[in-house]
Amino acid sequence: MTVIPEPDSVMDITAPAVPEAETSLRRFISDFTDNKVAVSALVVFLAILFVAVFCPLISPQDPYDLAVIDIMDSRLPPGSESMSGMQFWLGTDDQGRDMVSAIFYGLRTSLAVGATSGFIALCMGASIGLIAAYFGGRVDAVIMRVVDLQLSFPAILVALILLAILGKGVDKIIVALIAVQWAYYARIARGSALVERSKEYIEAAHCLALSNRRIVFRHLLPNVMPPLIVVATVQVAHAILLEATLSFLGIGLPVTKPSLGLLISTGFEYMMSGKYWISFFPGIALLITVVSINLVGDQLRDVLNPRLQK
Amino acid sequence: MSVFIIRRSMQAALVVVVMSLIVFFGVNVIGNPVDILINPEFDHEEMERAIKALGLDLPLWQQYLVFVKNAFQGNFGESFVYGEPTLKLIVQRMPATLELAFCSLLMSIFLGIPLGLWAGLKPESPVSKTIMSGSILGFSLPTFWVGIMMIMIFAVELGILPSTGRGATVRVLGIDMSFLTLDGFKHLLMPAVNLGFLNLSLVIRLSCAGTREVILQDYIKFARAKGVSPRRVVLVHVLKNILIPVITVIGLQLGNLIAFSVVTETIFSWPGMGKLIIDSILLLDRPVKVAYLLITATMFVTINLVVDILYSVLDPRVRLQDIKA
Repeated sequence: MTVIPEPDSVMDITAPAVPEAETSLRRFISDFTDNKVAVSALVVFLAILFVAVFCPLISPQDPYDLAVIDIMDSRLPPGSESMSGMQFWLGTDDQGRDMVSAIFYGLRTSLAVGATSGFIALCMGASIGLIAAYFGGRVDAVIMRVVDLQLSFPAILVALILLAILGKGVDKIIVALIAVQWAYYARIARGSALVERSKEYIEAAHCLALSNRRIVFRHLLPNVMPPLIVVATVQVAHAILLEATLSFLGIGLPVTKPSLGLLISTGFEYMMSGKYWISFFPGIALLITVVSINLVGDQLRDVLNPRLQK
Repeated sequence: MSVFIIRRSMQAALVVVVMSLIVFFGVNVIGNPVDILINPEFDHEEMERAIKALGLDLPLWQQYLVFVKNAFQGNFGESFVYGEPTLKLIVQRMPATLELAFCSLLMSIFLGIPLGLWAGLKPESPVSKTIMSGSILGFSLPTFWVGIMMIMIFAVELGILPSTGRGATVRVLGIDMSFLTLDGFKHLLMPAVNLGFLNLSLVIRLSCAGTREVILQDYIKFARAKGVSPRRVVLVHVLKNILIPVITVIGLQLGNLIAFSVVTETIFSWPGMGKLIIDSILLLDRPVKVAYLLITATMFVTINLVVDILYSVLDPRVRLQDIKA
């Protein structure tokens, strides 16, 4: 990706050209680390990410390997020992799986679904928003009307309609989550692209007779990225929560791909008999994930917002 | 003004038509209705007859027209599971959902505004800090998990509140209501709190931010200087001015509450529309599914239309901008 110099640095001829990118990155890092809460949230989030990526290596057992789990160990309270002497720190679920391992694998599924759908929605929404802003006029009016309409429906209703039609499945829930999210990205991308479009470097690109495609994707896109990244962090947290909700309702992921929502849903059946741990711990894991992403997103917003810069 | 209303109504109608197309073709093309609607033990000849009787031999666009014609007559077919007309099923369950949504809305207003007001008046006190950090949790906690934990604490451990159903109901104007009987009210309490949790946080944050802004205004200083009692300053001067943004947001949240009641109703087995749609999706009850989706979509389009028109009445800039575009 070509780095487009900021208009200021183009004007300021005396400024050294090379270390510019580096210093702005350094400033970004020092601004971000100003807030201790956000830094600890980032550390927590990275730990969760690590767990999700490397869960086959670090989890005490493979919860979906039928040879490892024993039905005799089912629904044991936290801290109890299995027949073979293994410690279940957070207890076991109805199939005798270790809850720690089940949560690790569940985190992996939840994060993967949230991140995949968020990334595709970001690409789609950003392209559509940029197209709307760049071409303006009728194209813009139609696209933004569709965006407004979509956003006037609650996200859970849109997802419900799509899943009622499509049925269960990993691919289907990703489609539903993309459909729910793209409009937010489109709106943000259009808003900031409209501001960027009137700046000199776009005019300069026009004077060089570059193609529309090149201007939109190589010049406009990199400069509307910061607000999109902020929205993306918040949206991924939303997507993870929505996916958990839909899986809990039994219309999201299939039982073979247990996410945190599905684990909580399994535990719900045993709640009445006081076996709280099957629902409780996955819920805590979900809560920590969502809160840490939200806190990081909040700090990113403050750091990247030019209006708040000193 | 009338240009604006006509234009928006046409757009709303277009959205309903598009929705009906998506739902109809989605359900009919992706799933095969023959498999679902006709007994698989029929022989070939009976199968042909059944397909003809249901109109499934017609081309898709003709089937769609028949479907639209029936829908306008309020005929969405019969539920496979309940064996009753689907429209009747949905209308029967609507009051339960609306009761739940309104109660949780009222709860978030009558609890949220005083708490937010308190937090805004004394931002440094520990109570206010607790209220504000509690409201952050309200945004991040998954609704369904909070519901489960509430059942665990209040129904399983303490055993003071019932966890399923509506309890005893009273018939008022031909509609069953739960909140008028003690038993029904007990049943309503947990679902309403669960559903209103997110809204409560929203109202607290809005009224806290509003109070902190209003308290600095000149008219508050003037009222104090004039010797108006502190009580009256807060309850009249401050409260009136923070209500405007709160009411706007609350109005917009009603639709969200109805949509999110799907989750709460499933957890607490509340016999409303949301539980009906989840059950029908799980039981592959196609007619109920189609009817529910169309009815809710139409409901939301209507709510949005009314909000748009109200806004344009209140704020002329909205309609002028639209006519220009």
